[in-house]
Amino acid sequence: MRHLIIGSGPAGVIAAETLRKADPVAEITLLCGEAGPPYSRMAIPYLLRGNIVEAGTHLRQDPAHYDRLRIQLVQVRAQAVDTATRTVTLGNGKSLPYDRLLIATGSRPSVETIPGFDLPGVHSCWTLEDARTILAKARPGTRIVQMGAGFVGCIIMEGLLTQGFDLTILVRSGYMVRRMMNATASGLLRSWCEAKGVKILTHTQPKGITSEGGVLQVALADGRMLPADIYLSAVGVDPNLGFLQGSGIELGHGILVDANLQSSVPGVYAAGDVAEATDCLNGKRQLNAIQPNAVDQGRIAALNMAGRPARFKGSFVFNVLTTLGLVSSSFGEWEGVPGGESAEVLDEARYRYINLQFDGDRLVGANTVGFTDHVGAFRGLIEGRLRLGVWKQRLLEDPTQIMQAYLAATHSVA
Amino acid sequence: MQKSLHIDPNKCTGCLQCEMACSWEKYQSFTTAKSRIKVFSFHHEGRFVPYTCTQCDEAWCMIACPVDAIQLDPVTGAKIVLEPTCVGCKVCTIACPFGTINYVAQTGKVQKCDLCDGAPACAKACPTAAITYVDSDWTGLEKMRQWAGKTDTNPATV
Repeated sequence: MRHLIIGSGPAGVIAAETLRKADPVAEITLLCGEAGPPYSRMAIPYLLRGNIVEAGTHLRQDPAHYDRLRIQLVQVRAQAVDTATRTVTLGNGKSLPYDRLLIATGSRPSVETIPGFDLPGVHSCWTLEDARTILAKARPGTRIVQMGAGFVGCIIMEGLLTQGFDLTILVRSGYMVRRMMNATASGLLRSWCEAKGVKILTHTQPKGITSEGGVLQVALADGRMLPADIYLSAVGVDPNLGFLQGSGIELGHGILVDANLQSSVPGVYAAGDVAEATDCLNGKRQLNAIQPNAVDQGRIAALNMAGRPARFKGSFVFNVLTTLGLVSSSFGEWEGVPGGESAEVLDEARYRYINLQFDGDRLVGANTVGFTDHVGAFRGLIEGRLRLGVWKQRLLEDPTQIMQAYLAATHSVA
Repeated sequence: MQKSLHIDPNKCTGCLQCEMACSWEKYQSFTTAKSRIKVFSFHHEGRFVPYTCTQCDEAWCMIACPVDAIQLDPVTGAKIVLEPTCVGCKVCTIACPFGTINYVAQTGKVQKCDLCDGAPACAKACPTAAITYVDSDWTGLEKMRQWAGKTDTNPATV
């Protein structure tokens, strides 16, 4: 059996390892779109800070790992998939046949459609190569104008400040991380960042970028011009699907998959950021570009590819973010649900906040700022749809009792 | 046979010897805030529930780690954080649905129970045998369920 995996992020690597465990004799090929061993984008902020060297970003620390498992790494991009002949055309002109195909190509940074976006000095901060480029320009006082304060925009700030960059952040909406955080949590992040010397301009977006004498000029919609040495675009990500045009694989926002993570074409599976699978909270198919989802789906897709039926029970969106040292988290329906109730506790001076969202006596969502203990229990409570019983009222009165509520609720699982 | 921590909250008096022993074992200081086993107080019920990682077979933390910093100890079955490799990204802390792997701001790393190389300090320190280290062939989930059933903090509502 020839297994071909496109994409060497967490979903692809876990899938390759799972396939090897399930089938000692299968042929396993992992296509890597970038040079070097498979690495984690999650580690890039720590590389920018200088906490780790590049090897510290590698998904597997043992350089012999892939050879030992007889996983063949091929460093080339996929250009097209021909599902009729079961072949993948590669960027080097060659093609590879497969019996089972996993598409785990992840996300790429969204492109801003503004004049000057193709100028030298305009970057994303997404790949190791991006990080190298940015680090090469690091001098005290080098000016970065960064568009976007979402998850990626926030998580890279500490590294940029550590390197001495002068940082101005443009935010289109009124709120940082508005896809993860409510207005209160977002406001805490903003005042935290501003207290650390980051300039944040909300309700602002660039009209265009020009270059004069090696210095970028970022024109804002209100007429202001901001000089910059680097323009960093961090306006979100899109799934990497371009090479699937004409493949016959059914696409929505991502690759539409069933409960076995198989696409509309038999033998073709998808996992991670590109898979549009069931959300276990609202039952709809949607993208869920988070690391735990990528590895869960990579494992389940691989089991199915190896002929061991496994069902994906659905996932939901949760994330943890560190913004200049301030830890925040977001779980599920943090915006609340119709007819639901909520509870919160805020200590503005200490940057601590918990907001809980309930549907009946179940927790369905949460935002936290400044809490790091036992945060995984939020996942357990929400994903397990655990009933809180009398603890719901207790949480309405004191949201910090969440771990006690979790321990009490797990009784009903037994 | 591998062993696992067995927790019987009915026997816990809330003395926090386990937390003291854990922090001493790992940090050479009696700092219960740094303990990897936590005793939760239930004021309404007048009960105490010690809680830590069950070393579950699913190993959510280990498979979610993006930099290979959590490894399986083949002898004890513990999932162990390799501190020099951990970058402190905290993905494991939200992946673990039990909330038993936590970020420590002072070190910039995560921490979890590692069974102290097969001689858990908490079990040794517990004066009432609420925490014991016993033979076990349960799977992770069964372990959790069995354990969770023993918390019995709120039977009237479930």
